[in-house]
Amino acid sequence: MNNLAQISEQRDFVVSSSSLKDVRSFSREVFEKVNIEQDLKDELVLAIAEAAQNIVKHAYQGEDTEDRMEIKISLENGNLEIGFFDKGRPVEKDKIRHRKIDDIKPGGLGTFFIQQIMDAVVFKEGEKPWINHLILSKKIDY
Amino acid sequence: MSYKVTEEGEISIVHLDGEIDMDVTEKAKEVIMPLIEAKKEVHLNLKEVQYMDSSGISVLIESHQKATELGTKVILKDISKSVLKVIMMAKLEQILNLG
Repeated sequence: MNNLAQISEQRDFVVSSSSLKDVRSFSREVFEKVNIEQDLKDELVLAIAEAAQNIVKHAYQGEDTEDRMEIKISLENGNLEIGFFDKGRPVEKDKIRHRKIDDIKPGGLGTFFIQQIMDAVVFKEGEKPWINHLILSKKIDY
Repeated sequence: MSYKVTEEGEISIVHLDGEIDMDVTEKAKEVIMPLIEAKKEVHLNLKEVQYMDSSGISVLIESHQKATELGTKVILKDISKSVLKVIMMAKLEQILNLG
């Protein structure tokens, strides 16, 4: 357990729904090294898995691919930053919105969860070879 | 995810186990939906579900809506702490039947 954690770890995964459990395992491994509440760790793992799921669902529209996505988790001076890099379809930022929460229907909840858990969600154009670069950030007290 | 279905009279009890994400939602629906379509009251026992994401929540919503449409109900039983947290984050605790 690290009370003055400074972390920078990255891993890549095949873009597939079957990779989501590996994404969660990686995230859990990283957060095990940080002295924060288990509830917060669980929320962060959920946010990361939802963002990875969005890459599978939206950037690749669920198509089979051999492409890989990269996830980088960095923590420095209490600033947690999680980067997602993929080579799927360019994200149309204006079209990203979670459904209205009182509109009870399946779907659209992942983005809502991410926004609930994180402080900021920023989409950027990826630097080559990446197409999309998503950054989730949150100030962590530990 | 693994599952077990037991019957108690007109009630079908589906015990789900493990992590429910996008990768297993089709499997979950294949288990749950036919029971609802047979107009059974379905109890989903979520005691052993350690993780559920938005895809799993979508299965719960779809199941609830299908049951309502067919005049039966889906009741969520023994909900694990982690699943309850996600249900509450989705603000569905007043919508879904929590038993």
